[in-house]
Amino acid sequence: MPIVPVTYLSSSTRVMSSWRTSRPVIDYSKCTRCSICWKFCPDVAIDLITDVSLGAPNDRFKALEAPSIDYDHCKGCGICATECPFDAIEMVREEI
Amino acid sequence: MPLTIPREELMLQGHTACAGCGATLSMRYVLKGAGEKSAVAIPACCWAVIPGEFPYTALKVPLIYTTFASAGASISGLREGLDAQGKEDYTVLAFAGDGGTADIGLQGLSAAMERGHNVLYVMYDNEAYMNTGIQRSGSTPYGAWTTTTPVGSKRDYKRENKKVVADLMIAQNVPYVATATIGFPEDLERKVAIAKSIKGPKFIQILSPCPPGWYYNSADTVKISKLAVETKVFPLYEYRDGKLKVYKPAKTLPVSEYLSLQGRFAHLREDEVEEVQKAVDERWESLLKKEQS
Amino acid sequence: MEAVQSSRRIMTGNEAVATGVKLSKVKVVSAYPITPQTTIVEKLADMVANGELDAKYIEVESEHSAMASVIASELTGARSYTASSSHGILYMHENLHWAAGMRVPLVMSVVNRAIGPPWSIWGEQTDTFNQKDTGWMQVYCESNQEAMDSVILGYKIAENKKILLPLMNMLDAFTLSHTSEPVEIRDEKTAHDYLGDLDLDFKIDYKNPAGYGSLVAPDGPFMEMKKDMRDSMYNAAGIIREEISNFNNLFEANLPGLTENFMMEDADYALITAGAISSTAKYTVRKLREKGQKVGLIRLYFYRPFPGEEILKAVKGLKGLGVVERNVSYGQRGPTFEDVVSALYRRADVPVRNYVVGLGGRDIRVKDYEKMFENLVEGDNEMEWINVGVK
Repeated sequence: MPIVPVTYLSSSTRVMSSWRTSRPVIDYSKCTRCSICWKFCPDVAIDLITDVSLGAPNDRFKALEAPSIDYDHCKGCGICATECPFDAIEMVREEI
Repeated sequence: MPLTIPREELMLQGHTACAGCGATLSMRYVLKGAGEKSAVAIPACCWAVIPGEFPYTALKVPLIYTTFASAGASISGLREGLDAQGKEDYTVLAFAGDGGTADIGLQGLSAAMERGHNVLYVMYDNEAYMNTGIQRSGSTPYGAWTTTTPVGSKRDYKRENKKVVADLMIAQNVPYVATATIGFPEDLERKVAIAKSIKGPKFIQILSPCPPGWYYNSADTVKISKLAVETKVFPLYEYRDGKLKVYKPAKTLPVSEYLSLQGRFAHLREDEVEEVQKAVDERWESLLKKEQS
Repeated sequence: MEAVQSSRRIMTGNEAVATGVKLSKVKVVSAYPITPQTTIVEKLADMVANGELDAKYIEVESEHSAMASVIASELTGARSYTASSSHGILYMHENLHWAAGMRVPLVMSVVNRAIGPPWSIWGEQTDTFNQKDTGWMQVYCESNQEAMDSVILGYKIAENKKILLPLMNMLDAFTLSHTSEPVEIRDEKTAHDYLGDLDLDFKIDYKNPAGYGSLVAPDGPFMEMKKDMRDSMYNAAGIIREEISNFNNLFEANLPGLTENFMMEDADYALITAGAISSTAKYTVRKLREKGQKVGLIRLYFYRPFPGEEILKAVKGLKGLGVVERNVSYGQRGPTFEDVVSALYRRADVPVRNYVVGLGGRDIRVKDYEKMFENLVEGDNEMEWINVGVK
């Protein structure tokens, strides 16, 4: 069987965290679960999860899907922090 | 909250695009609209590298990498090969940069559109040869610094206007032509959906801001994309059934708001910014006139 | 298998090639015109238009796009075809490498024509000799029959899973392309059964999404892929010998091996040729034999993979060997000469000379071959240009 130049392994197994110089940290007490951060993430590194234990501006937000940063794939571009309409995401410098 | 764009991700994590890459958001949105039953051709461009080195791929759709000038011909071949086997339900699309579209691949694009294949050609426009490190293309705008239009004492930034490929496609009377940008994903999804519903050639030009190439903070990619529309530097319009429709932003801003965020325009004096403003206004007026006629 | 029905017709080389394409059940044809290839794609357009050939026909805007489009269509699993010539082949050069590197088993016909400037539309083989290192197999046809058979055989060999490399079959400008000869048309059903449908293990399929031709880092299998192409081509010789023999049995055909030996038994001096110029060479050999001269001819049918073993065997006992080159290389002797000498290196002790002939359609006459044989016996130059400067 010849060696054909075919790529088929999912890139999601690759960890990209070493590219990051700062990390987004979500303050759930400000997060309205609007999903704008999810929408604008170029690294597909924000998952939407249901977790009632997370903080929220008030209880009715808790049942909604909340963003969760996938730090294995986030490159720390900061788009989510810029685009969050509620200033709920802060970029924190990574320590080396 | 209900999501405003499709949930399914056909572009995966672990790709090797720069942080804050606009071209990557373009791919993410286009594939959401195109769906899993797609076949993609990617010529030499940033996206020839972004899916990752062998043996990885960041796309959950089949893709073929092609030589630089070959995007148009490759989607022609994909389409006819699939159709010859009764696989007419595939969405066939090219995903090519501005160099591969406005410059080296223009002949192949024009011919593929003229032949009328049922294909979608997506040009992700980051306004220079970014994969090779920021060289001027036909799609680089007036006033921009690039590594081949450096600012010196005898010769400076690009003095020529941007070649707008979408306008060329309209001149060719391609059945569906649209411009879009990543700051407005819902609008982009709508355009991809329309393109998908039309049997024939389609062309979408997506302005895709590039943090290292435009010299701005990677966090500002979406902001700059929106500013491009609000300052009318990159007007959003659609051409369908011979009719042009221009999107009019609710609020408009002076071009300086857009230019001042980007290092590639940092050398422009106030009078030069005025020149840009004038050119942008004139183009806007001419677009509105075309819309009326 | 039992002997099959066939019919004999008078047709040009280009028509024979187009018929071979039809017999190969090709599903996508990509076509760009160039003299003297044009009548191939015109004939195919007619066949598609009148329903004789059930294929998609793409009227591309350039040869570069012709090759790009058939690489893509072949990767979807549809057997694909294109044809070109001369500058068209040079223009698609980049994509020739791409096709072989992608391991798509395409077949392309090339009508050999000179390279400008100055412009010349006439016969010469520089166009495809310039492509010898692209990873394509190459066959040079001597007759219209071979031109047709090589298309069908070409797909069989290219699609062999131990090979998976594209193949180009060559025919000489006008001498074959536009000249009519009797051709045995192979039985369509037998040909279809012989080839079957294209069966690729890797192809465009949304259920198995994969990338084709991605970036490979220096520590990735880049070199391994190139070596695999080289090995596949090298090992192809054995498979080709077998396939030619199968083809000849099945179709009652008369294809040579990788090479054809003509009057080589007991020969003292011999020439090596490729393509239709071999027919005049054979005539000359026969004529000289009648005069008692022990001369012979080795005709290259395959040039890639290079039939070194066949040549080594054929030259045993020769006192002189002349390599006839209908192409030009600057700053070194011709590519066939280099390949022949390389195949014989330290394995055969035969003086080898090089003759450049027939550029830009210059006629190669019986007396030219006689001169080459004379030079082989008496001359001392390593390279001669034949029929130059005489008017």
